Amino acid sequence: MGLSDGDIMRYEEWNKISRIASRKSLWMLHFCTGCGAVELPPVMTSRYDMERFGMGPMATPRQADVLLITGYLTVKTLKRVVNVYEQMQSPKYVISFGSCPINGGMYWDSYNTVKRLDRYLPVDVYVGGCMPRPEGVMNAFLELMKLIDEGKARGWEKYQKYYEQYKRNQKMAFGFERGKNEGD
Amino acid sequence: MVDFLIKIAVIALYTTIAMLVGILFMGIGRKIVARVHNRVGPPVYQGFIDIAKLLTKKTNISHGWIYDLALLFSLTGIILTILFLPIGGVKLLGTEGDAFLVLYLLAIPALGFALGAGASGNPNAAIGVMRALVMMLSYELPFVITMIALMIYYDTSSIAQIVELQRARWAIMIPPFMLAAAVADMALQGMLMEAPFDIPTAPHEIASGPMAEFGGKHLGSLMLYKAGTIVAYTTLFVDLFLGGGVVMHDGSILSYIVNFAVWFLLILLIFTLSLLINASFPRFRIEQAFKFYWKYEALLAFISLIWVYLMVIS
Repeated sequence: MGLSDGDIMRYEEWNKISRIASRKSLWMLHFCTGCGAVELPPVMTSRYDMERFGMGPMATPRQADVLLITGYLTVKTLKRVVNVYEQMQSPKYVISFGSCPINGGMYWDSYNTVKRLDRYLPVDVYVGGCMPRPEGVMNAFLELMKLIDEGKARGWEKYQKYYEQYKRNQKMAFGFERGKNEGD
Repeated sequence: MVDFLIKIAVIALYTTIAMLVGILFMGIGRKIVARVHNRVGPPVYQGFIDIAKLLTKKTNISHGWIYDLALLFSLTGIILTILFLPIGGVKLLGTEGDAFLVLYLLAIPALGFALGAGASGNPNAAIGVMRALVMMLSYELPFVITMIALMIYYDTSSIAQIVELQRARWAIMIPPFMLAAAVADMALQGMLMEAPFDIPTAPHEIASGPMAEFGGKHLGSLMLYKAGTIVAYTTLFVDLFLGGGVVMHDGSILSYIVNFAVWFLLILLIFTLSLLINASFPRFRIEQAFKFYWKYEALLAFISLIWVYLMVIS
């Protein structure tokens, strides 16, 4: 039983509506790990006002669409971030702040910092800088909206597709099998 | 048979319009709060976008069948409440004694919400539900006393009839009911869960309380329920104190439209007032809210009740 052309077209139309809706209403969960969190209050409040684009902070991962990794991640924090990311409902997006999640930044020789976030979670948009200015953060949100509109923000699908590989990388970072020593 | 079908069509129309108005009000509310904060704020149709996004989410986590059905329970409860309230003077299901019925019906959606939150098993949700039930207990005492005062004055327990009897002048223009309306407005603040009574869903304390585990389509239907509560509670207030927004009585098509428009403006006014209070006050603790309602509000409500009683017997 294959899908007819009409079905596929309707499905595409439906996806388009879904994309328009999710572009205009991104609810974010800011996982305040590093110094990037301090750049968010100006973005949220009256100076830059992200609510113009329907964005807003949410209290729990279940309600959120965007996960903000605001700065460096230690191995211990990565465990929590992975937990939080897996609790979110698809379609979900990840934005990483600053240079630390890209290449380690100023913690490049640290023994317990995650150097490349990309190996453990699918990141949709990077904001460079140490730290990025609120303008840069706003620009990243607009970029994410553009990517969603074009259907290119497919990080969550990548995570589902390459789940095994992501899990293997995470296990290697944690240094033990996840689930066995859950409580550290 | 045809009458019956027409009645069903009218009920469906009014329910849909009421829900759409509720969703619109969520956007308007965010806009108003944003303006108070000196921000631009989201577009007024943001509520529709949010609900569309939540209902088109690809994955949804369920926590058992109680969790799924409790949402339908609360959504049905709120729609049923709206049907028993005259909207712009149009009575849909109202009968004799429906003021008491509405008081009971108002508890159903809140209990459904509590059931769903309880089934999710999140400790924050449990705290939120406990707080919501204490809040319900708190604001209902002063609110019921003001309703009893109205029932004594108009000598009826039908909301449609109370609306009808306010043709000459609205209840809020009679001195004791000015006091009663002020009390009921603060009770409304608690019903709508706006600050300073947003204790059950405090996002910074208990991670939005009962909603902590809701996501995707479940959160979408919860937002529909929230939209319904805004319309139901503000309409109840307008019906009781502001004559239900009825300004034309000749029964023509134009009078329906005008009454509907006035009803819309009045509930918008009441909702705006509630939002302005919300935007300017911090949060009470639960025992402070309880004390506020049972000590000061109930006392004022009781004074208005005695005043009305003295007016009626003299």
